[in-house]
Amino acid sequence: MAAAASSSMATSRRFSRKAGSNLITANFELKPPPYPLNALEPHMSRETLEYHWGKHHRAYVDNLNKQIVGTGLEGLSLEDTIIVTYNKGDMLPAFNNAAQAWNHEFFWESIKPGGGGKPSGELLDLIERDFGSFEQFIQEFKSAAATQFGSGWAWLAYKANRLDMENAVNPWPSDKDKKLVIVKSPNAVNPLVWDYFPLLTIDVWEHAYYLDFQNRRPDYISMFMEKLVSWEAVSARLEKAKAQAAEREIEEERRRKEEEEEQSDDDDVQLYLDSDTDDSDSE
Amino acid sequence: MALRCLATRKTLAQAAFNSTRLTQSRALQTFSLPDLPYDYGALEPAISGEIMQLHHQKHHQTYITNYNKALEQLHEAIEKGDASTVVKLQSAIKFNGGGHVNHSIFWKNLAPVREGGGEPPHGSLGWAIDTNFGSLESLIQKMNAEGAALQGSGWVWLAVDKELKKLVIETTANQDPLVTKGASLVPLLGIDVWEHAYYLQYKNVRPDYLKNIWEVINWKYASSVYENEFPSARSP
Repeated sequence: MAAAASSSMATSRRFSRKAGSNLITANFELKPPPYPLNALEPHMSRETLEYHWGKHHRAYVDNLNKQIVGTGLEGLSLEDTIIVTYNKGDMLPAFNNAAQAWNHEFFWESIKPGGGGKPSGELLDLIERDFGSFEQFIQEFKSAAATQFGSGWAWLAYKANRLDMENAVNPWPSDKDKKLVIVKSPNAVNPLVWDYFPLLTIDVWEHAYYLDFQNRRPDYISMFMEKLVSWEAVSARLEKAKAQAAEREIEEERRRKEEEEEQSDDDDVQLYLDSDTDDSDSE
Repeated sequence: MALRCLATRKTLAQAAFNSTRLTQSRALQTFSLPDLPYDYGALEPAISGEIMQLHHQKHHQTYITNYNKALEQLHEAIEKGDASTVVKLQSAIKFNGGGHVNHSIFWKNLAPVREGGGEPPHGSLGWAIDTNFGSLESLIQKMNAEGAALQGSGWVWLAVDKELKKLVIETTANQDPLVTKGASLVPLLGIDVWEHAYYLQYKNVRPDYLKNIWEVINWKYASSVYENEFPSARSP
């Protein structure tokens, strides 16, 4: 359901469900940006944030809370709700609201007053390793954001040991798979559904820039990169992503060993059966 | 299929050019922005003049510019026999060409109130709407509901299915033209639900835009398209 569809409900208070015998509390809260709504001026206006956060983001959260009441989704984390409702691409109704609620919170925390400039440390090293140079990265990221046809998002993500082919299982992960990638996604989709770690995002739905830039999406994208990106936030996310990826790798390695042991038992049986078949063929 | 159509059209265009006058070595037809049949401010208060101007001069113009660019690249790629570039260009052609096709229909779907905007359809289309949807009000409710529920950017359409001979409501994502939903569909009315179509005036409240746009819908145009498809359709 589009945010706009339920805008009239956006003004209704959260946690306003009747406190009767069945008290129902909303699961997810609308988190405010980590700065005042006018703090990004003159680059992103207070009016844009009042609508983008105060109406659009709020509607996604409110509608998600309404959608999951009394369903098996209640009680899941927002990330888990996204994965479950993405349903391997055959999306369930709550996916759009869940993913958009997550995307917007991630977006507000990707930017800051006085942002922009250049990253440093390991983040810069990886950017230079995986894109050639920081300038080349900026160019590719801008191009991804500008060429997302229609509404959607552009992302910098840490791919860890997943394959380029989204959702495919990597049968033989190696250190070469671990890299930064730029991806774009339509509407509400985000890289969590491909098991990547998102590091940075830009919202290229028209509502993100129309009041300030109208049709000039490329100007909005340039402003975003030059004046708003919080490289500190991106660096912190990279650190966290690497730690989570390392944990995941250990867990996967352990599971793979277990499976190999089971597999080798199966192979013995298979060999026996095969030789049996050969015998019968030769008769 | 789209590629073959383009190639055919181009060949025809080339033949026409060559036979009528001497032209430059390349006779690639380019598209240009059609004039609006009314002033930018003429649809107020339903749609503001500022929205109409940006929508026409900037958005539609950009689709045309990028469509022409993509067609020129396609032309070169075909001449060079560069198959992978031909394939690579398809998404840009669909998006920008679709943007041009859709907006060209959209402008004709609108009319100022004093020129008959919002006046309910008479004749065979009015009759067909009652038959297929019960009433005009119920058609409007359905299109508004589908338009409001459409996630992201796109269009909601009233179409006639030439083969099944009935009216249908369809939605398309982004700038996909109606033909992507079926070769037998003829668009009678397309409503743009991209945010750029309403944001400056209606902000996040897409349902209000959908409610108000019916005040300036040009049913005469939709009727003429319908009657053109079914000249013998029964009139009341």
